[in-house]
Amino acid sequence: MLLQQIVNGITIGSLYSLVALGLTMVYGIMRVLDIANAGAYTLGAYLGVWAYTRTHSIIIALLAGVGGAAITGYLFQRAVYTPIKKVADPIVPLVASIGLFIVMEDLFRLIAGPYTITFPVHLPLNRLTLGSVIITGTQAVILLVSAFLFLLLWILLNKTKIGLAWQATAQDVETAMAMGINTRSVVAFAFILGYAFAALAGILVAIHYNAVFPTMGDIPSYKMLAIVVLGGLGNPLGAVVASMVVGLAEALVAGYIGSFLPTDAIAFLALIILLLVRPQGLFASGGDAR
Amino acid sequence: MNYWAVLATTVGIWVLLALSLNIITGEAGQPNIGHAAFFGIGAYTSAILNTKYGVDFWGALIVAIAVSALVGAVLGLISMRLRNDFLAITTIGLNFVTVAVFQTVHYFGGAMGIGGIQPPRIGGLAFGTLEIAGLIWVVVALVVILNRHLQKAWFGYALRAIRDDEAAAAAMGIDVRRYKVLAFVIGTGLAGLAGSIYAHFMTFISAGDFGFNISVTILAMVVLGGRGSIPGVMLGGIVLGMAPEVFRFISDYRLLVFGSILVLVMRFFPSGLLGQGSRLQELLTGFIRREGAGARVR
Repeated sequence: MLLQQIVNGITIGSLYSLVALGLTMVYGIMRVLDIANAGAYTLGAYLGVWAYTRTHSIIIALLAGVGGAAITGYLFQRAVYTPIKKVADPIVPLVASIGLFIVMEDLFRLIAGPYTITFPVHLPLNRLTLGSVIITGTQAVILLVSAFLFLLLWILLNKTKIGLAWQATAQDVETAMAMGINTRSVVAFAFILGYAFAALAGILVAIHYNAVFPTMGDIPSYKMLAIVVLGGLGNPLGAVVASMVVGLAEALVAGYIGSFLPTDAIAFLALIILLLVRPQGLFASGGDAR
Repeated sequence: MNYWAVLATTVGIWVLLALSLNIITGEAGQPNIGHAAFFGIGAYTSAILNTKYGVDFWGALIVAIAVSALVGAVLGLISMRLRNDFLAITTIGLNFVTVAVFQTVHYFGGAMGIGGIQPPRIGGLAFGTLEIAGLIWVVVALVVILNRHLQKAWFGYALRAIRDDEAAAAAMGIDVRRYKVLAFVIGTGLAGLAGSIYAHFMTFISAGDFGFNISVTILAMVVLGGRGSIPGVMLGGIVLGMAPEVFRFISDYRLLVFGSILVLVMRFFPSGLLGQGSRLQELLTGFIRREGAGARVR
């Protein structure tokens, strides 16, 4: 029972971390709390199900969802975030991103309809039974894909030129520019990667619950903020750890204590208490607490 | 007549909420994306006192303001420790937690909400819609007068100094803690006042009336109108407050229009329509100066 809850928790945590990673990548560079990132999550799911029903290929569905979201991320960055960033007050990009998110959700509703669409993928994987623990096919896929992506991101950030440039820019934009780093392409890189990760998470969640609907990004939109702050704003490793903590806490609370408050409220209650004790989040952060 | 009175009351409550958030976010520069929590705390305090303990509107109103302002003072103290984005997220969290408590705790009516709240009365006269509309706009007028005085007083200068550079303000000898907490107390107290009037106007409230989307709408009013500008914020409250009625004919696209306006105004008028240094504001003050009228430049 306990092991089963832990496996469930890690599965949820993996999904959270895919979205949280995108958000924290963008924050690390732009210092923008990008609520619209949760729109990319829904966009990925819709593009994925659209491509899947036409081609019945999960690979094409993934490519369509991730590609579409990456292009959207790039366009948002060029058309909205970079021009707005010249304004000093951080509330301006935040309100703009809330606006973008509202527009995206309403477009999904208007174009695809307000109802839930199924995502009928049959993965060629049987459920695994390890002692008393059951891992379903989709759970295994989620865990494997997430592990692969964490590795990929780690290599990207630590072994490639653009990834090192991201780290340098996240630490200090002006010094990075003085060192000849093209911060414009770093910003584009962060948005493309951030939106692609969110879209991938959206597709996996849609397959996991066999459901795509216009407001599926609502809960991630604010819960990811809590997770990203827990992990220290702009800290990718912290975001993954915080996602796992929240995923496990939710699974264990749901499994053992039952709900005295809705799970989302619990996440935020924990966040507020934690922030009062450690104002900079759980981990040393690239973010600016001042 | 009744329709217009209801509309005037609704818009008046929005304007009051926008003015109250403006003191915190516009003037003191502290992000608050959970302002609806204080609106809700005021409404629930008033509703519970009225329905469970038989306190009349005027008594409940005072307590509602006090309770909201007290929670606001705590948030103000928290804002000494958490800055900018961290504070913004904390206020979002506060909104979700507050709504969750209203929704799940039986004492607060749970999912059913609270009904049977009595309208305000003076002596034998129970307030109808028209009287409540009058009440809310009298309150708005008083708040505007008070707010204008505060802006010109030491308080207003201190808040703007904190907004522009907190460390510099502290170095100049401004008691940052005192003024920040005071800004939160006044702003949240006024939100509680709006909540109390709302509860006695609707006579029925539920947790959904005070959700995160309401906070976003109030913030949009402040930011679209122009942070720190009283006429701007009032314009934002009136325009967005009336939008559901005005755009009734395209009601299916309402959110699309709302979101697009947010993005476009932030992109092209980042300080809001009538905010400091906005193109429209410069145009207007330039025009007034040329006309020789007393230009008020802030």
